[in-house]
Amino acid sequence: MATLKNLRPGEKGIVTQIETKGALKRRLIDMGITPGVEIMVRKVAPLGDPIEINLRGYELTIRNTEAHSIHIIKNDKK
Amino acid sequence: MAHKMALAGNPNCGKTTLFNVLTGSNQYVGNWPGVTVQKKVGKTKVGHSEIVDLPGIYSLSPYTMEEIVTRDYIIDENPEVIINIIDGTNLERNLYLTVQLMELGRPMVIAVNMMDDVEQKGWKLDCNKLAVELGIPVVPITARRGYNVDQVLKKAEKLAHGKEYCIPKIVYDTKTQNALNDILFIISEKHYDKAIPLQFFAGKLLEGDEQAAKKLDLSKNQMARIEEIIVAYEGTAEYGDRETMLADARYKYIEQVAKKSLNKGKDANKLTVSDKIDKIVTNRFLAIPIFLLMMLGMFLLTFGPIGTVLSDWVDYLFQGLLAPGVKLLLDNASAPDWAYGLFLDAIIGGVSGILVFLPQITILFLCLSLLEDSGYMARAAFIMDRLLRKLGLSGKSFIPMLMGFGCTTPAVMAARALDNEKDRKLTMMLTPFMSCGARLPIYALFAELFFEKNQGLIVFTMYILGIVVAIITGVVLKNTLFKGNVAPFVMELPQYRLPLLKSILLHVWEKVKGFIIKAGTIIFAMSILVWVFQNFNTSFQMVTDADQSMLGQFGAWIAPIFIPLGFGTWQASVALLTGLIAKESVVSTITVLFAGGSQAALSSALAGAFTPLSAFAFMAFSLLYMPCISAFVTIRKEMGSMKWALGTAVMQTGIAYFVGLLIYQIGSLFIH
Repeated sequence: MATLKNLRPGEKGIVTQIETKGALKRRLIDMGITPGVEIMVRKVAPLGDPIEINLRGYELTIRNTEAHSIHIIKNDKK
Repeated sequence: MAHKMALAGNPNCGKTTLFNVLTGSNQYVGNWPGVTVQKKVGKTKVGHSEIVDLPGIYSLSPYTMEEIVTRDYIIDENPEVIINIIDGTNLERNLYLTVQLMELGRPMVIAVNMMDDVEQKGWKLDCNKLAVELGIPVVPITARRGYNVDQVLKKAEKLAHGKEYCIPKIVYDTKTQNALNDILFIISEKHYDKAIPLQFFAGKLLEGDEQAAKKLDLSKNQMARIEEIIVAYEGTAEYGDRETMLADARYKYIEQVAKKSLNKGKDANKLTVSDKIDKIVTNRFLAIPIFLLMMLGMFLLTFGPIGTVLSDWVDYLFQGLLAPGVKLLLDNASAPDWAYGLFLDAIIGGVSGILVFLPQITILFLCLSLLEDSGYMARAAFIMDRLLRKLGLSGKSFIPMLMGFGCTTPAVMAARALDNEKDRKLTMMLTPFMSCGARLPIYALFAELFFEKNQGLIVFTMYILGIVVAIITGVVLKNTLFKGNVAPFVMELPQYRLPLLKSILLHVWEKVKGFIIKAGTIIFAMSILVWVFQNFNTSFQMVTDADQSMLGQFGAWIAPIFIPLGFGTWQASVALLTGLIAKESVVSTITVLFAGGSQAALSSALAGAFTPLSAFAFMAFSLLYMPCISAFVTIRKEMGSMKWALGTAVMQTGIAYFVGLLIYQIGSLFIH
């Protein structure tokens, strides 16, 4: 299963599932990471973690561990 | 008639700007740019309604302290109108909170902010259509330019008078709507009274918010029926879970609304100026050098020639103009000797000893405000997260830490922005190690006297020492007291914005005002008190030798504690003690005690009492020991526990003693 972690900067994916629990999950979905939303990975921080993503027209940063729990389908179309 | 209105919105949507425009700058209550830590109240310029500025939040789900403050206020305090401010350039996410607020069914007006940015992007945002789709009055504004903000107030007042209506039109998908209706039906059996927003609570129950369930106090039977509805609802989705499904339903509705009212045109993916800046500032290779350069620039500006020259001017104002003037007055009035001591040494000496640092503190606050208002602070958190995590902190701790260089009190409050309790506590414990503005005078005084050639370097060393001690303490605490899971890190990177001069000046003025008031009250009073205690003995007789004074005797009693650190004089001990009231007092106390307030006599008096090594140890101790009373009280309030606050203070003082001891003892081995 591909996760957000598998995307390189500039690549896009569509969220299928969020595999975390509790407060973190609520925060992620509140911020707009819901099934069906398209996310683009914009950047990896200079020290390799966290990453910057773009969704719903704004920029969000999450850590690699969180990115790893967000399942996606790769979206190769431009 | 005056009305009660609540201002709610996402962080970074310009809420505080709107608040300031609506209420006028004088309503500004202790707040740091970007961090509205508590609700603030202001009266509007026209109409005299009362506006409450609530902390910026993303959602009404209980997650951070800010969200709980806002939610409780809106639900329990019944504001007559909610002014919901949203960022027009970030419509979808901002509308999420809007939808939750709509569920509350309260009169609401939406102010779509940043309309200038929307236009600049070439987008077409039809606010009339947005209003029709949502069923809520919408006013397009640009808060920073004051454009159309009066309309917001007019609409809000109309709503409060019942001359305009707000009939929220939320349209979820059928299965969600049905589940909500079924729950609504069950809870309305018990709560038919309209004061409780049932629609909102139906949503909360469907989501699984335990606090909401408790608040409604439902029977076992009712709970069971609701549980059935939820199980059936979850069964309809592939990735069945109620929280995601409801959020998804909200966002689906939002997408529809956004699609109908916002046209991004063809160039939707064009790089904005903000994107271009970000390409450089958070670049893989450039980010860290740029970050370090910015920090260096900030310190050079504050402690370099500009700050020093301005400080000299202030010094001249007091010692060169005011003091001779007062002396002349006293001469003419043929005042007694003690009056000279009290006015010249205690009052002018003590207060000016502090105010000379006003320019440097102003510059430091100016830099911090600029970093915050421009959006760079969030990038700094992004760049530094990995590093800070090694200390058991998160990138978000970076903001309070950096603010700690200004003043510990607001910095500790800024820790509220952290989501996780452990992170928050640890951040609050380490923030006081960041050398606050009030400690700077101590270094400046000693560095000038004892390290004339390397003044800058010595002051810089102090700042670094604070950081290093914080790092070591962080690592130790992370592996002992705060062992366990790492907290998550989910943070918005707001668009870069050109900081508004007016709002920057407002923030800086707030802080500077606080500093001046402190100098005029606490420091003023402390200077007099110290002078009195230093000049009188226990039977209230004036003494010629300060050693015989009350302060001298008390100081002599505690001084031995500091002998191993090299500064076991009673004056130094008393100065550290007054530093607990405010760190600024250390310098004014030293000025009064060692030299009777005269700047000229100060250097020779201090040269007799300190060696460069013991001066260095004294600076280090001043840096690290427990923060001033105001910061301590804040830590106690934020931690919600006296035990934790005291523990923190004891830990800090212990570390200060230990570091001072190390410096003096090891240093003594090399310097004879």
